[in-house]
Amino acid sequence: MSIFEYNGSALVAMVGKNCFAIASDRRLGVQLQTIATDFQRIYKIHDKLFIGLSGLATDAQTLYQRLVFRHKLYQLREERDMKPETFASLVSAILYEKRFGPYFCQPVIAGLGEGDKPFICTMDSIGAKELAKDFVVAGTASESLYGACEAMFKPDMEPEELFETISQALLSSVDRDCLSGWGGHVYVVTPTEVTERILKGRMD
Amino acid sequence: MECVFGLVGKGFALVVADTSAVHSILVHKSNEDKVMILDSHKLMGASGEPGDRVQFTEYIQKNVALYQFRNGIPLTTAAAANFTRGELATALRKNPYSVNILLAGYDKETGPSLYYIDYIASLHKVDKAAFGYGSYFSLAMMDRHYHRDMTVEEAIELVDKCIIEIRTRLVVAPPNFVIKIVDEKGAREYAWRESIKDAPLSAV
Repeated sequence: MSIFEYNGSALVAMVGKNCFAIASDRRLGVQLQTIATDFQRIYKIHDKLFIGLSGLATDAQTLYQRLVFRHKLYQLREERDMKPETFASLVSAILYEKRFGPYFCQPVIAGLGEGDKPFICTMDSIGAKELAKDFVVAGTASESLYGACEAMFKPDMEPEELFETISQALLSSVDRDCLSGWGGHVYVVTPTEVTERILKGRMD
Repeated sequence: MECVFGLVGKGFALVVADTSAVHSILVHKSNEDKVMILDSHKLMGASGEPGDRVQFTEYIQKNVALYQFRNGIPLTTAAAANFTRGELATALRKNPYSVNILLAGYDKETGPSLYYIDYIASLHKVDKAAFGYGSYFSLAMMDRHYHRDMTVEEAIELVDKCIIEIRTRLVVAPPNFVIKIVDEKGAREYAWRESIKDAPLSAV
């Protein structure tokens, strides 16, 4: 079994009208066994920037700690929050540092940039950035997620519709993947507020 | 075939471990204590390679004590768990420890807690957890009978159910188990469940 499939994960981020949504599953497993059904994969870096880390859980935790450290230092020095584009470059650089002994993670970054313009991107485990205008996916359920998102996505959705779309895409994809699931965790972020919701799907 | 499991009840946490020290087909002893008392209010049940297990848990125990000497206050359970994860994560890509850990503790402010720490340093706060082949049986038993805020009596009944299940269904089931509890009054041994008693040393 691939090291990326050791813990199991599913992540998706979508762009809407002046907002974005980022969603993950909640399973933490060790190959075939489920350890927990409330594992957090999406982390807040600042109010308008979220990162989801799929792949090996230990590396996701280590990487998250390093990124929070770097962002806090940046905040102290620059006296402001990092822009999403800058943060994505930072993540890419940190991942490439370990080119010949990488972190086994695929991050999904979503944020509101200059003028509250939504920004999403994903990268592979060695930091190859993939910018997209519509949606990005990562994790063991990524192939199903690509299909579901492509079918359900439309541009310029309002926050409520975006939440429905991303939730349906996530739940239907993880239902086809035995290593991810046990509910969903969705953040919908607009310039004025962040809404966090837990989804109940097939609990198996 | 090492079995370690634990659960959180109302105002306490339990860690149970088998007590066989095994080398290939030989059982060296059947009263090896695998649940270390880290400090007054913390328990660390460990399973894995015997050398690493003893070495690593002692290292954590001494560092937890050092913190208390230096700072005059004990570490919280969460802090101890994160410290342990940090040590495992740092060693992971150099000289990995093959030790799985269940860290249970009681804090005055937050009550009892249990942390699952994988040998590859995945950390998660849980209500119930188990390692080893015995986990297939004990986790299933706990999934069925566990509920939040169990009393000590109910929890011990559940632990006994798990032990019976392991003894019945695991092919090379360990004969003896030790149960340790941590609550407001502190961390201490609660009971042994022995089906084979080691022969006492006779005077020569």
